[in-house]
Amino acid sequence: MKHLLGASVSLAVLTLLGGTALAADCGIASGSVRILSNDFDVLKVVADGAKECAGDKVTVTANLTTQHKDLQVPALTINPAEYTVAMVANNSIAPLLNGDLIRPLDDLIAKYGQDLQPNQLIKVDGKTVAIAFDANSQHLFYRKDILDKAGVQPPKSYEDVLAAAKTIKDKGILDYPLAAADKPGWDLGAEFVNLYLGTGADFFEPGSAKLAINNENGLKTLQMMKDLTQYMPPDYLTYDANEMKATYLAGKVAMMDGWGSYAGSVIGPDSPSKDIAAETVLAAAPTFNGGSIAAASLWWDGFSIAKNISDEDATASFQAMMHAIRPEVATQHPDVAPWLIKGFKPGPAAVGVIATANGNAKPYPMLPYMGLLHTALSNEIGDFLKGSKDAQKTLDDIGAAYAAAAKEGGFLN
Amino acid sequence: MKHRTFFWFILPSALAMLLFIALPIVSVAIQSLYIEHEKVMVTVESCGPFGCSKDTHVDAEKTLALQRAEPLGRFNGLGTYLNRSHLAVGEIGAILASNSGPADIVARIYALPLYRALAFTLAYCILVTPLAMILGFFIALGINGLPHLVKGPAIFLSLLPMIITPLVGALIIYWMIDSNGIIGANLQALFHDPNLYLKASPVLTWVVLIVYGIWTNAPFSFVVFYAGLQMVPHDTLESAMVDGASRWERIHFVVIPSLAPLATFVALVQLMDNFRVFEPIVGFNASANASSLSSAIFDDLHGQNAQLFGSAAATSMLTIIGVVILLTPVLIRTWREFSRKGA
Repeated sequence: MKHLLGASVSLAVLTLLGGTALAADCGIASGSVRILSNDFDVLKVVADGAKECAGDKVTVTANLTTQHKDLQVPALTINPAEYTVAMVANNSIAPLLNGDLIRPLDDLIAKYGQDLQPNQLIKVDGKTVAIAFDANSQHLFYRKDILDKAGVQPPKSYEDVLAAAKTIKDKGILDYPLAAADKPGWDLGAEFVNLYLGTGADFFEPGSAKLAINNENGLKTLQMMKDLTQYMPPDYLTYDANEMKATYLAGKVAMMDGWGSYAGSVIGPDSPSKDIAAETVLAAAPTFNGGSIAAASLWWDGFSIAKNISDEDATASFQAMMHAIRPEVATQHPDVAPWLIKGFKPGPAAVGVIATANGNAKPYPMLPYMGLLHTALSNEIGDFLKGSKDAQKTLDDIGAAYAAAAKEGGFLN
Repeated sequence: MKHRTFFWFILPSALAMLLFIALPIVSVAIQSLYIEHEKVMVTVESCGPFGCSKDTHVDAEKTLALQRAEPLGRFNGLGTYLNRSHLAVGEIGAILASNSGPADIVARIYALPLYRALAFTLAYCILVTPLAMILGFFIALGINGLPHLVKGPAIFLSLLPMIITPLVGALIIYWMIDSNGIIGANLQALFHDPNLYLKASPVLTWVVLIVYGIWTNAPFSFVVFYAGLQMVPHDTLESAMVDGASRWERIHFVVIPSLAPLATFVALVQLMDNFRVFEPIVGFNASANASSLSSAIFDDLHGQNAQLFGSAAATSMLTIIGVVILLTPVLIRTWREFSRKGA
């Protein structure tokens, strides 16, 4: 960041002195680059990188907002589109694909994508629709000092997590050794998705939008979610991922399933608590139900280029983004994310995500109706955790809520 | 006023109301009768950093062709209104057909999203509206009796809850009632109960939301009643004092009757406002324990990936119907008073 800041300051000074902007050499002839993006550290680094390409005939603007999902479809539907670049992830690319709003990138890759690696290309039906630049997942964060004090081994499975939490609680070290992002809304749904993926089962019947979670795996997933809550503070239903992280940094949590994207801010040099940073170990997401795969969903962050823009802007946008994710970016910012960029050497903050990926965790499904299921999960599981519904009734209700939404969305009849 | 003059006088605002209120409602009503076209699905191979898989995707071209032909979508009649996310007619029929007593019926109906939202919305309306009005009235009385010098600052302080953005106000109190916050921690100490979490139990969450509602709504009643107090006839008050009426008797027999028309106005506005309760649920992260009609609409429009416009439109229409039902008694009362005066 410091380096970037220095660069932009000197840029400003030069602009003032000479009256001409000194653009980074992105090789762009002319065009307008307009980025729409979610708002977290790694995306800021990428957006700032693209902005370096601004020059005489090139304008670069970026709108980083957590509301990007609400903006992207209308903004890319109009012609010309409001944004030329949409930063996307496994889930948020689906509506852009559904609406045919992004262009195939294969021609641009052939011309300007020499630094890309094959696994960065997101392909649907043989066409590259997006370029991924980093990976993310939830994985285990644990406090080595607390586990040592309790005399328990680092957990490998969720069953281990339960046993370790019990020991920590029984020994009086912490009242509530666990934390999870169980707030109904995006977070609670994601917790179910993570655990359920750990069973290895599918969410939907193959080739259809029919739900397939009303089974033994679904019941076990719900039961585990509930078992974990007995070691969490009673108001666990109000914690989202950010609050969970804050509680962890306050030293009140021994183990949590936190996001890889904020590992850097927990253990990095800017961590608000040096003691906790020193004792934190990042490990693969635990396995579940005797399975051998890490129970977490893998995510990628990447970008797509809008369809409804001129070829000139599309080329400029692609080149600017190639500059923003060139190999040096990964070397300069090793701790903001586990980059997928060529030549990246994982730093200490990336260990958890890489271990989770190596633990054969599955990607979050890129299906067009997954968002509807996610919403249904978020809305229905809260009652089960509070104890006002049993697991079977909860699965039935999830199925009914999903069916109502999927019918309205045109996915089911 | 002549009819002609009246027509020209009312025209601009009538036009504005037509454009900005009536037409949107008509559009929402139409929207609520439609659902999206059936998506044309294809199974194709998709690849990414974590490998390849055969997935179903929407055939964008064919689906868009359907949409272009009929932009509104498929006609669904009242289907959206009757489905599980709304009136849940089928589900309620099933519950009534087989159940194990009234408690079971209530519990199972409460598990349906619209009825759960309605339960909190109504409880919030019914409790917050009168309590906030009573609180506002007493604040007005208290401040009216203050010496001139401190009146200004006291009025300003009493208005603060209304000046603060509702969401921000909710967040501030949310952090105060957290178990690490000033109120939450003190309550734990006071009751010697380390497991007392205001945010944990459904009942306490409702209590907190309703108390917050009273806090944030009281200033409106206060402002209106305070203005009204300046209009209370001094002669009547003085003669009541001469007759030896106590302060309470003066309030009961002089002040309250002269403020009654204002109370009707405040009740109308507050009922409408409270029926649309939304911000506290978001601010207090209370979605696990409370939802309202407005938060249901928000969830539909703010989904993970897809917006359910038909569903949101149906809930909006049900909200409008709810407001009309809620306001009917007050409106009937006003109409009767109006006709009585006219006669």
